[in-house]
Amino acid sequence: MIIQALVFYVFAAVTIAAGLMVITARNPVHSVLFLILAFFNAAGLFVLMGAEFLAMILVVVYVGAVAVLFLFVVMMLDINVEKARQGFKKYLFIGGAVGLVLLVELVLILSSTVVSTDVSVVASVPIPSLDEVHNTRALGQVLYTKYVYLFEASGMILLVAMIGAIVLTLRKREGVRRQVIADQVNRSREEAVEIKKVSSGSGI
Amino acid sequence: MVELWEGYALPTIIIVAQIMAIVGPLLIAVAYLTLAERKVIGAMQLRKGPNVVGPFGLLQPFADAVKLMMKETIMPSGANRIVFIMAPMLTFILSLVAWAVIPFGEGLVVSDINVGILYLFAISSLGVYGVIMAGWASNSKYPFIGALRSAAQMVSYEVSMGLVIITVLMCVGSLNLSDIVMAQKGDYGLLNWYAFPLLPMFVIFFISILAETNRSPFDLPEGESEIVAGFMVEYSSMSFALFFLGEYANMILMSAMTAILFMGGWLPPFDIAPFNWIPGPIWFSLKIAFVLFCFLWVRATFPRFRYDQLMRLGWKVFLPFTLFWVLLTAGVLVGFDLLPAAH
Repeated sequence: MIIQALVFYVFAAVTIAAGLMVITARNPVHSVLFLILAFFNAAGLFVLMGAEFLAMILVVVYVGAVAVLFLFVVMMLDINVEKARQGFKKYLFIGGAVGLVLLVELVLILSSTVVSTDVSVVASVPIPSLDEVHNTRALGQVLYTKYVYLFEASGMILLVAMIGAIVLTLRKREGVRRQVIADQVNRSREEAVEIKKVSSGSGI
Repeated sequence: MVELWEGYALPTIIIVAQIMAIVGPLLIAVAYLTLAERKVIGAMQLRKGPNVVGPFGLLQPFADAVKLMMKETIMPSGANRIVFIMAPMLTFILSLVAWAVIPFGEGLVVSDINVGILYLFAISSLGVYGVIMAGWASNSKYPFIGALRSAAQMVSYEVSMGLVIITVLMCVGSLNLSDIVMAQKGDYGLLNWYAFPLLPMFVIFFISILAETNRSPFDLPEGESEIVAGFMVEYSSMSFALFFLGEYANMILMSAMTAILFMGGWLPPFDIAPFNWIPGPIWFSLKIAFVLFCFLWVRATFPRFRYDQLMRLGWKVFLPFTLFWVLLTAGVLVGFDLLPAAH
């Protein structure tokens, strides 16, 4: 137990420290690298809770794909940090207000004055005991039976978002020669090669 | 005192011993893979390959290692020092940690976790960070182009790799690597391995791991004829050696993954007398060696892909095809009532 508590505190402390570094680091690329560190330690916390499937998905999706694209974009943009900080005082009020609203919401939820007392009963109904099945199977059973419509709906939303992004960025450029592999493969000898009898002393 | 010994010290010692027992042979395998590569490609091009250092050139890898260690570590003046040094370490560490879940035989595994294949997939998807960080921290043009190429390439091929893994998982009904191997045990030996019922997926998986490990014909991140050595341009001495070791250890890891998913892991090809006398880890190593030979064979045979062709293959050929095959496999499994029983 001591080891587990110790490991928990290490993961938690590194997560919080990395989270702080994300917003305080001067170099945007360092920020993204700290974000990755935070994701990684959050995955460690999941493992400690016995939710190994969520931990692995967190690493595969967020660290392995999303953060790669973040890093990709941030590296290519030449972000001027000093310029971005210029309007700091002007936006301080709005930013502070948004932060305050979020804080109040969090407090309300955590103090459970707005949450129905039955919610734990309702939520825990479809989840089988972890002694019978391990959490990958339990998650799958809940996701594809009870919440299948919501699950499919979220999939559709993501698909629409993806198509939207493609439509917004797609542009037809003039004068681009594209490789059509089917045409290349379908070319026959007759179209490609021409045999001419060249008499000596004169060209074609 | 006894509690401390039995509760903490002894398990730690056992785990460290297990790690040593894997990492030691792995590093030797990496060393001899570099020699095998030069020998095999030499033979395919009617050359002899390295044959001067030691008998048949067997000491060549050690000579190379000593040479690399003797060299000076050069730090480019505009480089981001910490990230520059971290990148090769990260590549090397990631290529080692994945071995924790690889089963070498029945029960011969350091950590037999339930989500083993996801762990492998997660670790292999992290490999791109070493390359991106190296490319960015070098603060120079060729490494940066190499890093960008690598990021796009590895993210693209992971998608089809994930779908291939899903088809195998549907047939197994478990994410545990030992379960995946045991699911391929049957009356027909060799023919029960998923390489045969899922042959198209096997081929796509093999091509995807070539792209995932940045090997020829998909070695665009380091394409030496266009961008010198890509993300490795500014590296020298041991930091370069760590990249090199990481790349080859990754090749071995991906071959092990292929062997587990499609070639029955440690199972013998036929469960009859002379074959099942040979212990499982040896069969497993032979299968890994076979896939590695294919890696080298491909390198000696095919020219490098052009970048747009690489992207076309990943997104327009593999992705739709694997997606279709996932649906087909699911349909066959449900339609013929072949779904694996819940356990």
